[in-house]
Amino acid sequence: MQDKIHTSYKQLEQRSKYTNMFLRWFLYLVLILFALYFIFPLYVMIVTSLKTMEEIRQGTLLTWPSGLNFDSWAVAWGGRGYGAGDTFLKPYFWNSIKMVVPAVFFSTFIGAMTGYVLTKWRFKGDQWVFLFLLFGCFIPFQAILLPMARTLGVLGISNSVIGLVLVHTVYGIPFTTLFFRNYYISVPTELVKAARIDGAGFFKIFFKILLPISAPIIVVTVIWQFTQIWNDFLFGSTFSFGEAAPIQVALNNMVLSSTSVKEYNVDMASAIIAGVPTLIVYVLAGKYFIRGLTSGAVKG
Amino acid sequence: MKTLKIDELSKNFGTTEVLRKINLEIDEGNFLVLLGPSGCGKSTLLNIIAGLETINEGNVYIDDYNVSKVEPKDRNIAMVFQSYALYPSMNVRENMIFGLKQAKVSKEKIEEQLQKVSKFLQVDALLERKPSQLSGGQRQRVAIGRALVREPRIFLFDEPLSNLDAKLRVEMRREIKKLHQQLKTTVVYVTHDQTEAMSLGTNIAIMNHGVIQQNDTPENIYNKPSNTFVADFIGSPSMNLIKGNLKQSSNQISFVANGSNFEIPINGYDFKEKSNLENKEVYFGIRPEHIFSKKSNEGDFEINLRADLSEYIGHEQIMTFDYENQEVLAKFPSTIKIELSKNTKLYFDLTQISLFDAKTEERI
Repeated sequence: MQDKIHTSYKQLEQRSKYTNMFLRWFLYLVLILFALYFIFPLYVMIVTSLKTMEEIRQGTLLTWPSGLNFDSWAVAWGGRGYGAGDTFLKPYFWNSIKMVVPAVFFSTFIGAMTGYVLTKWRFKGDQWVFLFLLFGCFIPFQAILLPMARTLGVLGISNSVIGLVLVHTVYGIPFTTLFFRNYYISVPTELVKAARIDGAGFFKIFFKILLPISAPIIVVTVIWQFTQIWNDFLFGSTFSFGEAAPIQVALNNMVLSSTSVKEYNVDMASAIIAGVPTLIVYVLAGKYFIRGLTSGAVKG
Repeated sequence: MKTLKIDELSKNFGTTEVLRKINLEIDEGNFLVLLGPSGCGKSTLLNIIAGLETINEGNVYIDDYNVSKVEPKDRNIAMVFQSYALYPSMNVRENMIFGLKQAKVSKEKIEEQLQKVSKFLQVDALLERKPSQLSGGQRQRVAIGRALVREPRIFLFDEPLSNLDAKLRVEMRREIKKLHQQLKTTVVYVTHDQTEAMSLGTNIAIMNHGVIQQNDTPENIYNKPSNTFVADFIGSPSMNLIKGNLKQSSNQISFVANGSNFEIPINGYDFKEKSNLENKEVYFGIRPEHIFSKKSNEGDFEINLRADLSEYIGHEQIMTFDYENQEVLAKFPSTIKIELSKNTKLYFDLTQISLFDAKTEERI
């Protein structure tokens, strides 16, 4: 009897082992397929950017380039050196940096402040303020184009980097507030009470107590805002043109304004250059991104 | 001069009344415990004393000075919180001196206070650590230390032991008691734990629904609860409240439980008012620990009740008896054997009873 039971358990064990093994390999297979699917466009971009036009015409999309030829990268970044009609990314790249850095800074800072007030200095009707702010997250970009253009015009900052900084800061506040509010709601309010008894005021509590423990959510917010603002095309193309345009607009102009032949290698290099900064931000801060999104809880 | 005086204080959150006409006074060096179930307003009251909540009506006085509109930092108080509320980004040293630095105390004085308090609380070896590197007990100590360095007039404790495990809680409880014995600073301490309240307080104010039910010494709270709420809240298991009527004939007053056919004589009970007792509907209150299985006093009342349930909890057992369809709980040493479903002879210690008006639920 005992033996019989044991053998049946052994069979069961064997069976579940095979099932597990099969499922595992199936899982790997699916994951590998997806990984290939996602990495394929990147491969094509990099490979094409390193080819000469001659190679592109003769080979296929997947052909390996004959050598490391960065000419098209140089053209994309610095142009060919002749005057009119030569569009290249360098000045617009700096436009974008000048737009992104202050816009990310101000929207993050203001979001942190509003999040702090909405959770730690509750006032009558604060949930309505929060609700309206949330509402801002759901308004489509297109809906605010006209009013925003009018506002910028009245303020006299249309078609300028400052104007774009303002647009992105204002449009970012609902998101950053949401992030910080949800983070600070899990920070015990007793911390604020203790600090008040210790004699710290509104700003001191914010800068000395709350901000030092906000690193995870600051990283999340910065990544989010940086990606949004850097990759924005709609605001950039609507509220700026010519020399004040950010990089995404310039990229579009470059690709569309080629007069004779399509220079795929230069286009690909330009696209990569325009995408690299967000990649860098992700690589540097990516591990905090997941941590910050999922945690939020401060262990007391 | 009263160290703390609360005068006709009321507080609402919107339409909910949280505190209703609270009056309290504490003398210098006393340890007042605010005890009550969650939602009774005890924490709100403490926050009001600290100045962290506004007042709707009434006033708070510290040393006879009206502080109702004074900022928390200027009230000369210090507070210890349930979650310790240590500043996570600062180490123990910075945590403890944060308040003194805000108050612009001189560096020498700060250092002196820090050394004194950290030695006293045995956290002097932990000064450079962050709160996240401390155990629960150490965090609690640092939180108390942060309050101590300010040398306040009043200490406010908001359920400081609730986050600790059972063993540590008992240890810290004793330390807080020792601390108070040594420093003799006035304390207001909020808890929902009756053992904590009983063992720490020189006075206990029991609260329910925003009203102070009884403010008295621990002995009086236990022996002479002023109403059925206090009687039920204090003690574990809580006091038996047996419903019935009083009978008065010539000089003899007695109690008859609903549905029962015998009288329990009430002799030597300290009635507040001895009139209109005939046929009064009352609760007869007796604690489980005042019911015995053997006669111990001459005045003990013998009664036969059926045992229904037995709960063994180690050093003692809690038995449930049936008294004319009302449950009566009794606490015995676990060595005593009592058969279930059989009538058992029990002895009520009548010197320890309480009587409450069944309508007003107040002690009579």
